[in-house]
Amino acid sequence: MKELLKELREKSLAAIAGAETSEALEALRIQYLGKKGELTAVLKQMGRLSAEERPIMGQLANEVRAAVEQTLEAQKKLLTDKALEMKLAAETLDVTVPGVEPRLGRQHPMYIVLDEIKSIFIGMGFDVLDGSEVETSDYNFTKLNTDEGHPAREWSDTFYFTPDSSILLRTQTSPMQIHAMETRSLPIRIIAPGRVYRKDEVDATHSPMFHQIEGMAIDKGITMGDLKGTLNEVVKQLFGPSTVTRFRPHHFPFTEPSCEMDVQCHKCGGVGCPTCKGEGWIEILGAGMVHPKVLEGCGIDSNVYSGWAFGFGLERLALRRFNISDLRLIFENDVRFLEQF
Amino acid sequence: MNLSRKWLTEFVDVSDLSDKDFSDALTLSGSKVELWRSPGDEIKNVVVGKILEMVRHENSDHMWVCQLDVGRDEPVQVVTGAQNQQVGDLVPVALPGAVLPGGKTIEAGKLRGVMSNGMCCSWNELGMTERDWPHNPEDGLFLLNHDPDLLAENPQPGEDITRALHLDDTVEEFEITPNRPDCLSVIGLAREVSATFDRPLKLHAPVVKTVGGDIRQSAKIDIDDPALCPRYTARLVKNVKIAPSPLWMRERLRAGGVRPINNIVDITNYVMLEYGQPMHAFDFSCVDGGHIIVRTAREGESIQTLDGKDHALTPGMLCICDEHKPVCVAGVMGGANSEIVGDTAMVLFESANFNGPSVRRTATALGMRTDASARYEKGLDPQNTIRAVERACELVEMLHAGEVVEGVIDVIPRELPVTTLALEPNKINALLGTDVSEEEMVRILTRLGFDLSGDVLRVDATYARHYKNIVVPSWRGDVEHYSDIAEEVARFYGYNNIPSTLLRGDTTCGGYSEMQKAENLAGATCRALGYDEIITYSFISPADYDKIGWSAEDPRRDSLRILNPLGEDRSIMRTSILPSMMEILARNYSFRNESVRLYELGKIYFKRDDGLADEPKVLALGAYGSGGFYHLKGAVEELLDALRISGAVFTADRSNPSYHPGRCAVVCAGDTELGVLGQVHPAVAKNYGMDVEVYCAELRFDRLFALRGPAPVYKPLPRFPAATRDLSLVCPEHVTVGELTAAIQRSGGQYLESVRFVDIYRGAPILPGFKSVTFSLTLRAEDQTLTVEHADETVKGILAALETKLGAVIR
Repeated sequence: MKELLKELREKSLAAIAGAETSEALEALRIQYLGKKGELTAVLKQMGRLSAEERPIMGQLANEVRAAVEQTLEAQKKLLTDKALEMKLAAETLDVTVPGVEPRLGRQHPMYIVLDEIKSIFIGMGFDVLDGSEVETSDYNFTKLNTDEGHPAREWSDTFYFTPDSSILLRTQTSPMQIHAMETRSLPIRIIAPGRVYRKDEVDATHSPMFHQIEGMAIDKGITMGDLKGTLNEVVKQLFGPSTVTRFRPHHFPFTEPSCEMDVQCHKCGGVGCPTCKGEGWIEILGAGMVHPKVLEGCGIDSNVYSGWAFGFGLERLALRRFNISDLRLIFENDVRFLEQF
Repeated sequence: MNLSRKWLTEFVDVSDLSDKDFSDALTLSGSKVELWRSPGDEIKNVVVGKILEMVRHENSDHMWVCQLDVGRDEPVQVVTGAQNQQVGDLVPVALPGAVLPGGKTIEAGKLRGVMSNGMCCSWNELGMTERDWPHNPEDGLFLLNHDPDLLAENPQPGEDITRALHLDDTVEEFEITPNRPDCLSVIGLAREVSATFDRPLKLHAPVVKTVGGDIRQSAKIDIDDPALCPRYTARLVKNVKIAPSPLWMRERLRAGGVRPINNIVDITNYVMLEYGQPMHAFDFSCVDGGHIIVRTAREGESIQTLDGKDHALTPGMLCICDEHKPVCVAGVMGGANSEIVGDTAMVLFESANFNGPSVRRTATALGMRTDASARYEKGLDPQNTIRAVERACELVEMLHAGEVVEGVIDVIPRELPVTTLALEPNKINALLGTDVSEEEMVRILTRLGFDLSGDVLRVDATYARHYKNIVVPSWRGDVEHYSDIAEEVARFYGYNNIPSTLLRGDTTCGGYSEMQKAENLAGATCRALGYDEIITYSFISPADYDKIGWSAEDPRRDSLRILNPLGEDRSIMRTSILPSMMEILARNYSFRNESVRLYELGKIYFKRDDGLADEPKVLALGAYGSGGFYHLKGAVEELLDALRISGAVFTADRSNPSYHPGRCAVVCAGDTELGVLGQVHPAVAKNYGMDVEVYCAELRFDRLFALRGPAPVYKPLPRFPAATRDLSLVCPEHVTVGELTAAIQRSGGQYLESVRFVDIYRGAPILPGFKSVTFSLTLRAEDQTLTVEHADETVKGILAALETKLGAVIR
């Protein structure tokens, strides 16, 4: 019997190790360990053994059974691993094939720049206002200290809806200064981006509709130094920390003192080149201290409060920012253009 | 304003400064230099030549071969076709390598076999006109010795022509802001230069020599409308001899951009450039009655102006008239009827002050903006009239152009105001954020002509103190407030010397409004859905409403109309965003962009009773070549979802003329119509040149915003498992998925959690006129595992309702 067990062990282990499929493995399990299996058959003969032999043979038989079971298990894992490996090999992809993905839409380049500017000002505690484009000449001009007879009021420059020139398409975002001063409580810190309209034919640098951003801060003790400091900070965030600026006296009816801000030409570094028309500087915006007449007109005591305001053209910034050469591209909305941003 | 630096030197000496340093400093003190140029810049290597000998060309019957002294050891031989020269004449000679205006270059070469080492020039070839050189004929060479002034200077052969002709000047072109008409003059700019470089300003007091007589015996002046003419000053000149003006005057006029005409006219222009005071010269013999009346035009009056054009005058236009007729449009242009001509013998000089807006209105109405009107319209210094007329008379004497009659008529109907202000250094420094001393302020202001020699007592609310009194000079009508004084101080203290500081004071939060946050969210959602953002013009053409299929009676056509549009194409404010979207889609289609999805969050404009507009924002989606109706609807649903708008209902709309009658839906939430979406009507697409399926949605963003849902609140996840039941229903074709869904929801009881549409099937074995619609239902009980009985009961109830209400039965 001992020999029989030994032989069975060798035979079965060899057979299991040679099994190549899980089906063959299962058949071997049944062949050896099943109810009518060979090992089971040997065990059934245990009863015929002597009392001395029985425990020895019993132990031996259990060892053989354990060995067969272990080998079955090991072979089963081997086969599963191999099967997985083959499956994975069969599933191999060419990872250089372009991906399939939902295409994201793009933001218009001008509004990309606008969002950046909004973020900068929001970070400084400014609110963002939206206003009407159909406006009264009172808000667009008169309350901004722009007299009757000012050339900007000409019908050749401004779009009008009424023969008496009282209702128009706003030519600037500056009416938002007045609306803000009339409706908000002090201190005021606002920006007001939006569409504005002037009677210019479309060309590479002009459009009858364009965008401005108005900004204004009114509080006690606001100085022209604050205006410079704020604008310098904004331009550095927009164009980089090494941006050089200068301020020049200028004239706007609704600020006094008034200024224009230039940034040093990024192309030539201030030496003079075609981009800056040889001046070395590029004009970016107009600004100034809110005219006391304008403050008083809005019921703000100019002896107590002061403030600054600025306005600049968004298109010019976007064109400069993305190196766009022609303003018409902005309003043409060709997707081949839009996709670049 | 063009400024000759040579002329400037008469008033302030800055000749040691380079053009760049000069321009940069003036730009930073507020007089922006646009560019500078030299009148001789375009001329290179042209010299004075003296004709030593001239012989006929051997192969030509009209050319001459000249030997010229150009200051070298040997004469230079030049062939010329001109006939007006003689031996001994001085002519400009362009030597080989010379450059002439327009970029023409001159090289040595043979002319009909004879060597010519250059070219003798006419003034035309040097870029000038007969107005510049009135002593030289139109044809032929420029004979320098024929101009008496040039001859007197004794130009030497070989001398550079730009020097000999006084072209070696620099002309600075200034951009003068409209508040500073005083700077539209040499003296005004000289004052700025003097303050900028802190150098003395040398002003000249005109001295007039007269020949006796009395202007009052010949002339009378009345101002009918004092508001439009605060001052009218005149002097009379007799025995006038009209002639060309001298070279120095002609060259300064040219630098100033004014064409020389004759001595009298040139004097008026010269004074205008120098003093900034426009002047006019009348042929006094043409002024009926010797009586000047300043009045507005009468109905039916007309005038022919100096440019030869006839103008009908309308009441309100200020004119200078004699006893019978207008002789000049005040501040704009003189009349041909009193023009200075060759035999003019007596001249009346007008030096007047007119109301700026009045001159501007008249000039605009007549379509003639002149050097004079451009100055007047900004408001001129009323004190300048007398200085200017005195200067003109001094020049008459200097040019021997006539004899000045004794006396001035100077009509000032109302007292001229003087502006005074207190110098409040603390206020100025507080506004600027500077620490400029009072002495420095006084120094700056004094340089600019402000008079600070007296004190004024100013009573404050809390205390009284002395301030320096500022008398604002009459030419600074723009200065009326301490902030104006602050600007003067800042300009010369230097804007760039003001320290940059950041805002202090009460902090403010800042940020987006709820509306702006919703706009940002909608934009981000559109982009996530693959739509590109566009920006379109707010104005459209009335014909665009035809293109989108609106009938002539459609009330939505009632748009705000621009009275002075750039063209019909951009003449009305859109009440629909669809034409703008279609235009951009069509443009992309014409560019052969295959698959396009666009969005715009733009305004539409509705007339309001007060004349202004309601300007709601519309979120427009537009697409072609990228999916059909259900893709568009899916995008709209995602947008509604992003804004947490629940319960939106899509209803078929067969009547919208812009959209396909079978593929258009109105989307509503409760009673509010949010917008419309669908396939654009093929006829409309065709109007835009598109023969593909085009899809658009127009959603009123103001309404989306108003109906947006609250921020989400977490709901616990279900604790018990759900049961699912798929139902395939057969129903008549006219029954919609929406109706079926609603019926299922209504009859689903407490266990129906959700209904999901799966698909529609038509064809065998379903009978024609019917369709099979499959739904997947999720059933769940909140407090226990749903029993089969409960699930079956729920489905049974649903099926019963479907059958009775919609005739739908299970397949």
